[in-house]
Amino acid sequence: MSRSTRPLALALGLGALLLPAIASAQALVVCSEASPDFLNPQFSSQNTAYDVAAQIYERLTATERGGSQIIPSLAESWTISDDALSYTFKLRKGVKWHASKSFTPTREFNADDVLFSFNRMLDANHPYNRVGSGNYQFFGEIVKPSLKAVEKVDDYTVRLVLTKPNAPLLSALSVEPMSILSAEYAAAMSKAGTPEQIDFAPIGTGPFSLLSYQKDAVIRFKAVPDHWTKAAGDRDRMALVNDLIFVITPDAAVRFAKVRSGECQIARYPNPGDLAAMKTEPTINLLQGSIADQSFLAFNQQKKPFGDRRVREALAYATNIPAIIEAVYQGTGKPTASAVPPSLWSHDPDLKPRAYDPEKAKALLKEAGYPEGFETTLWAIPVVRAYMPNGRRAAELIQADWARIGVKATIQTFEWGEYLKRGRAGEHEVGMFGYTWDYPDPSQILLTGWTCEGVATGANRARWCNKEASDALAKASTITDQAERSKLYKRFQEIFHEDVAGLLFANAQAFTPVRKEVKDYKIHFFGGQPFVGVSLGK
Amino acid sequence: MSAETLQVPATPAGAPPHPAREFWTYFSANRGAVAGLIVIGLVLFCALFAPLIAPHDPNLTNNAVFLKPPFWQEGGSLSYPLGTDAIGRDILSRLLYGARLSLVIGIAVVAIAIVVGIVLGLIAGFFKGIADIAIMRLMDILMTMPSLLLAIVIVAILGPGLMNAMLAVAIVVLPHYVRITRAAVIAESSKDYVVAAQVSGARTARLMFSEILPNCAAPLIVQATLGVSTAILDAAALGFLGLGAQPPTPEWGTMLADAREFVLRAWWVVTFPGLAILITVLAFNLLGDGLRDALDPKLKR
Amino acid sequence: MLRFILTRVSLVVPTFIGITLLAFFLVRLVPGDPIETMAGERGIDPARHAQLLKEYGLDQPLFVQYGRYIERVVQGDLGKSIVTRDSVLSEFGQLFPATIELALCAILIALIIGLPAGIIAAVKRNSIFDHGVMGISLTGYSMPIFWWGLLLILLFSVQLGITPVSGRIAVQYFIEPVTGFLTIDSLLAGDIDAFWSALSHLVLPAIVLGTVPLAVIARMTRSAMLEVLGEDYIRTARAKGMAPLRVVALHALRNALIPVVTVIGLQVGTLFTGAILTETIFSWPGVGKWLIEAISRRDYPVLQGGTLLLGMVVMSVNLLVDLAYGLINPRIRHAR
Repeated sequence: MSRSTRPLALALGLGALLLPAIASAQALVVCSEASPDFLNPQFSSQNTAYDVAAQIYERLTATERGGSQIIPSLAESWTISDDALSYTFKLRKGVKWHASKSFTPTREFNADDVLFSFNRMLDANHPYNRVGSGNYQFFGEIVKPSLKAVEKVDDYTVRLVLTKPNAPLLSALSVEPMSILSAEYAAAMSKAGTPEQIDFAPIGTGPFSLLSYQKDAVIRFKAVPDHWTKAAGDRDRMALVNDLIFVITPDAAVRFAKVRSGECQIARYPNPGDLAAMKTEPTINLLQGSIADQSFLAFNQQKKPFGDRRVREALAYATNIPAIIEAVYQGTGKPTASAVPPSLWSHDPDLKPRAYDPEKAKALLKEAGYPEGFETTLWAIPVVRAYMPNGRRAAELIQADWARIGVKATIQTFEWGEYLKRGRAGEHEVGMFGYTWDYPDPSQILLTGWTCEGVATGANRARWCNKEASDALAKASTITDQAERSKLYKRFQEIFHEDVAGLLFANAQAFTPVRKEVKDYKIHFFGGQPFVGVSLGK
Repeated sequence: MSAETLQVPATPAGAPPHPAREFWTYFSANRGAVAGLIVIGLVLFCALFAPLIAPHDPNLTNNAVFLKPPFWQEGGSLSYPLGTDAIGRDILSRLLYGARLSLVIGIAVVAIAIVVGIVLGLIAGFFKGIADIAIMRLMDILMTMPSLLLAIVIVAILGPGLMNAMLAVAIVVLPHYVRITRAAVIAESSKDYVVAAQVSGARTARLMFSEILPNCAAPLIVQATLGVSTAILDAAALGFLGLGAQPPTPEWGTMLADAREFVLRAWWVVTFPGLAILITVLAFNLLGDGLRDALDPKLKR
Repeated sequence: MLRFILTRVSLVVPTFIGITLLAFFLVRLVPGDPIETMAGERGIDPARHAQLLKEYGLDQPLFVQYGRYIERVVQGDLGKSIVTRDSVLSEFGQLFPATIELALCAILIALIIGLPAGIIAAVKRNSIFDHGVMGISLTGYSMPIFWWGLLLILLFSVQLGITPVSGRIAVQYFIEPVTGFLTIDSLLAGDIDAFWSALSHLVLPAIVLGTVPLAVIARMTRSAMLEVLGEDYIRTARAKGMAPLRVVALHALRNALIPVVTVIGLQVGTLFTGAILTETIFSWPGVGKWLIEAISRRDYPVLQGGTLLLGMVVMSVNLLVDLAYGLINPRIRHAR
């Protein structure tokens, strides 16, 4: 800690520098995996940033902790017009902003803050639009295309006016990039000539305020004593510890060692290889849940021979998915044939993955005119993702499997940014890709990754354009009736499976080792992990 | 920057009868060096006959035996004597095939570095002036960069892979060879026999390659032997950082990188590749030390 | 004398320019797209991408970028990290003390063990002790330190549970930086527990990083001592009946130390290479780990600035060693 972080600590003006050691009894210590890329979640699409923002900021709506229900947050209630083009939100009263040395709020949260937060991202001429990175990725992709304007009805009522129906809007508003920032703070910093400070020294309304941040080392939060959940008596959503500390520990084995020795009480993203040991550890509870992800091999259908369905199916039969689950997911994932994961509504449990059958694969290849197989390249994800713990290892297994039917695959990989860019340009023949859902609505990933429009933008990594499937997706996002939408998504999944749009690996399981003294921790699957409602016992 | 001042150029041994025999007498008296030679012989044997000795194909995965321990541990079996890795490949077979790679890496890197190094060193030492200054400044700059960082950046530019890793390591170690050659050339070219040859009208190139170079051979041979060990270590470090040989190549450093996550669970996947690196590198260092002692007359007293 | 110093110092200028060239162009030759890396799976729209490139000045021709870069470097501005948007200089300043603390401890360990071992080995030449020391030090010299680190973690942290697995200090301690060395700062703050915590985090990485220098120092000390012990004046001192211990301590050691000190100075570059690996294994928050991460994120300013700064540190140390050596040994001074 020194020059760059000291101003932050000073600016926050809280006890960081005065406290030599924080009493451990009331501090919840979490071993997290990386530094956030931004402290202002509006710029980010990374879980590391969401996890921080989940503590500091609040949104209009929220996802129930550990579940997929959308519940009120800064908006107490809402009404949707019949044409689904106008959403009116009643805002919560008595919500206080955090204070810091450089900023003392003079008013409580109101409609101006909502307008500021949305307009900063919506309006290219907004004075704050170009402050900071200016890349409002989530907003730009999910909300902006259908948002016409944000109107202030009165101090505690705002209205979102849409250009076209956007069924997943309420879910999308619960995600961290839609956090509400203080308009008053922004004005004060603008006046002081340091507008970018609002992104570096965040002021929110959340249950914890940021105390100090040391890049790649530690993030400290302090519980807000007069948070609105205290008055409301909402135990599940209030801070139950005084201090929350994220210890940034990139190595999973180290996170495990630290939770075992008690240096951390919770370790995020364990190494699948360590799960067996965690189960036998007497001081640790191993929590488990199925994450909402999609992890697949994309066969680039614009490249020969992958335009041929028989070739794709042959490769699906030739890939021993259970072995990959065993070696790569350490036996914790479940094979799947449904493009929508089981943790989301509209998941189709009746679709069965193709069983490993090299003979059938050979026959299909012969039928397609490749009796001797062919040569191809196989892209392996170079980084660890929740949906793909070890891309290289999976690629090595697939390579060995395919060699048995005569398909010679050369493994290739690039730096992650390069990988994504080339993937979008469609340079791959066969590539590993994947997504995780940020909010509980099937449309998010399906619309991003599998429409015909996505072929042109490159977001459709398999470059798979099926008119019926694509239309089903488009239609589903214009209607608000969930049962109707569910039917359309199920139809999509059938086509996806039948046409072998991609080869799905598994629905990954999320695990979190938690020390026994931690009470009521729940794994959260959408957006950042909240640490409210968690307490420390004996 | 004062490395060359420490390099004591070899002077001709001066003992006319059978220099080879004399060398062998000194060399064989050094038990460590002989041991190093024997180990290198063994590694070479493994590398040459890997297909015959190895019980399995090094890249053959077996879904039934993920992470089997070595045979002497419970759950292990003699068909996988040193156990298997995370996707059921035989570790012993991979190590044997890996020996090929490590030897090739070591020798290729040194070969590239020595050829380029000699040429640059001869030019710098013989022509002096601008050429000397330019070459030596460039070498200084290369030496100021932490070598691994430089190698990583070069690999990042060229793309990960065995060939590129070798090239990167060769570039990184190049300055040593240039400096040694240059220092030796400068020391030699002031000697009488060179002056005599020059006076009698020998051509420059001839002079450089047939008169001066053979007389700089001793320090270069020592440096080359020690250089093999450095090259193996550096290439393994690149592999460990995921920038060396790409899967499924059984390179030792790459094997270690894959094994890192099993530190807590499967000690054998972590231990054996590292041991293989250590033993091979140690053998080359022992040999290099022995050669230096045998070739360096200063220590012969 | 003055001429010698001036010549040596003037050599620094072309080297410095060379380093900036190398740092700038090598790094920019690395393919990759930092903006894409930041955007992640769901990508970024092309217009915004172009705009950000422009904002970072990455859309200009390379030599124009180099010109601007040098202009700013001369003014002491190394730019801002693309990822964290922090000034490169301040990030370096924040992390460098951690690396120095680690490196100094490593050298300290190497000296404390290596010097006596080398001296005793030389005095008792060809004894079992001598062979043992030489064998062990050659093994240390041959050690792949990334593997060595893993083995030590396996033994001391996992099996025995004596030392922490990684990091610089246990999380509950918060020490106000004064010197930037946590061991010293914790003592200044009067927090003994924090000191022990910092020390226990430091031990394994320092051993790992110190292994190769230790081997080099032990070997170098031994051969320098052997050389000195063979000199006439030592024999004379011995013949005059001086106690062997005094001979070694007074005469031999002093003269043998000169080459040893030089070797230590020249180990700085090697030490940084080792630090990159050691910091990666132990998650030590120093510049080595910082640079490795910068490469994987394609954070050009950090990579350029970091390489430049490290190069300058190595260059300065080499220069100092050079000058010191020239002062001690007049023969070198007149050599060129």
